[in-house]
Amino acid sequence: MEILVCIKQVPGTSKVEVDSITGVLKRDGVDSKMNPYDLYALETALKIKEERGGLIKVITMGPPQAKDVISEAFMMGADEGALVSDRKFAGADVLATSYTISQGVKKIGEFDLILCGKQTTDGDTAQVGPEMAEYLGIPHISNVLKIIEIKEKSIIVEMDMADTVEVAEIQFPCLLTVDKDIYQPRLPSYRKKIETKDREIKMITLNDFEDKDEKKYGINGSPTQVERIFPPDVNNDRETWTGSSSQLSLKIATKLKELKFI
Amino acid sequence: MSRLICNQDKVNETNVQELINVCPFSAIEYISGKIEVNAGCKMCKICVKKGPVGVMEFIETQEIQVDKSLWKGIGVYVDHVEGVIHPVTFELIGKARELAKVVNFPVYCVFIGHDIKEKAQELLNYGVDEVFVYDYEELKDFRIEPYTAAFEDFVNKVKPSSLLVGATTIGRSLAPRVAARFRTGLTADCTILKMKENTDLVQIRPAFGGNIMAQIICPNNRPQMSTVRYKVMDAPEKLCEAKGKITICEIDKSKLTSNIEVLKVTKKEVEDNISDAEVIIAVGRGLKSEKDMAMIEELAKLLDAQVAGTRRLIEEGWIDAKKQIGLSGRTVKPKLIIALGISGAVQFTAGMNSSERIFAVNKDANASIFNVAHYGIVGDIYEIVPQLIENIKNSGAEFCVR
Repeated sequence: MEILVCIKQVPGTSKVEVDSITGVLKRDGVDSKMNPYDLYALETALKIKEERGGLIKVITMGPPQAKDVISEAFMMGADEGALVSDRKFAGADVLATSYTISQGVKKIGEFDLILCGKQTTDGDTAQVGPEMAEYLGIPHISNVLKIIEIKEKSIIVEMDMADTVEVAEIQFPCLLTVDKDIYQPRLPSYRKKIETKDREIKMITLNDFEDKDEKKYGINGSPTQVERIFPPDVNNDRETWTGSSSQLSLKIATKLKELKFI
Repeated sequence: MSRLICNQDKVNETNVQELINVCPFSAIEYISGKIEVNAGCKMCKICVKKGPVGVMEFIETQEIQVDKSLWKGIGVYVDHVEGVIHPVTFELIGKARELAKVVNFPVYCVFIGHDIKEKAQELLNYGVDEVFVYDYEELKDFRIEPYTAAFEDFVNKVKPSSLLVGATTIGRSLAPRVAARFRTGLTADCTILKMKENTDLVQIRPAFGGNIMAQIICPNNRPQMSTVRYKVMDAPEKLCEAKGKITICEIDKSKLTSNIEVLKVTKKEVEDNISDAEVIIAVGRGLKSEKDMAMIEELAKLLDAQVAGTRRLIEEGWIDAKKQIGLSGRTVKPKLIIALGISGAVQFTAGMNSSERIFAVNKDANASIFNVAHYGIVGDIYEIVPQLIENIKNSGAEFCVR
């Protein structure tokens, strides 16, 4: 069984601020880590491999230093890794990112199952997984809570649908995005770190793609444009209300209604 | 084609470090006497705007513009499970009508499912001009391929300029799939939407964990797509008279095949966990006896809230230990917390002071809970809570406008 896991390097902290005067992003240090939700996807892959055997490949897209998350995946037990990186991918939005990774996946070759985390902590969109599945022409299921059974040609999963839980069987090849807590991710192993320190990380650039049309990547392949960024309004209002009980209770009800809690 | 270029001749010893530092993504490098931009670049163009003058330049060439006049109307995806329409749908209809007014567009709904024809009628009471219904047995359960196919058919048929989809489990799975099929932009979890005169949709969403707001447009592609979470927009008032029409759409059944089979659907057993609660009613020592928990429970029920408490009430045994807020209990960050009869010791407030909206009712005007509350109400919970319950009950009555 060939399992591909998509991982991403994200900033180590979400404490990013924008300078309200200059409009410049202020980042504290350059600390980075693997997107925490991806750890669940990787753990799911490792559990499936333990049961059914097979090969786990991880793929990431980003600058050269994003190789670090692949090394980390090796320490957890991934077998192979590839970094999709090119200056021409700069400024990619969700659509261009999904297309780029799907081209990288095609370059890597055959697969039965692609696993993604449910979202990233820096983009927070949860959109790249489903868009990749579309580009690869395979079905997908989002928010998988549990793997119930792995069959020869399909997998049975439990998915979260807000008020209900659905059990569905999906044929390979397919893509699943897994929810947090599907399995407890293992820690990277020191032994594996030593074993894999020289393991090759495949580099994939635009030239390796089947579709080399520059217009489909990076800023040129991105339909969305960020017009501006600005700091949010912070609600620091402090109000004190006094009066008769009937006035006060009515005031509370009115405010709750205005805030859409009623 | 757009690109970022570096005028190497303008780079010198004095400005090179300034240039490298200006990039928040560390994407500018100085390698053997040349400035290189690596793959970490997000094309934020800060180096052009704020870096040394004239060094970095952004070259933009005119792109082929989409003919925006061919794309009219605002479409809303009707989010539902087995025909029960999710309320986010009505909120989006309200927003769509507001946006449509700016450019004189119609508002459409696309309703995909099985046995839903009659349910579509309800949508007409919210001011939708036309509801497009795809009613097939294959669409009974949400499965990605047939739902995407029906959605695609709707877009091709109607050519809506913008599409709004609820950021529910289904919406967050379906919208990206449709966006990729049309190679168009999709902005997740928008909190503000505005319409420009030229029909471009201005989409604003929190970025980087909510510390920054990003204003996003999709100027060269149609349809423009956004997802919006529940309770972000206002629901429109229900109209007494239904307006608009329902169109039953046909689709080639071969497009409705799927590699997914839904085997079982079960109602979720919700285990109350105050850490995940959106609304919390917290009680403290202002509550005099266990039987008074009844009025607290009643209020909580009306607000779809969970009941939590201070350590004192846990020790009294009136509230389960899992429901304790504070340093020795849980930390909560709900959208709304109402603190009733709680003095506000730091051991308690440390576990809840990052909640989005904090209401506090306390008899003592000097109680420290008022230092963290957004709305501090000086009064007796035994008088206020029963009246508040009545007020909420009265406001819940369904009415419509003519």
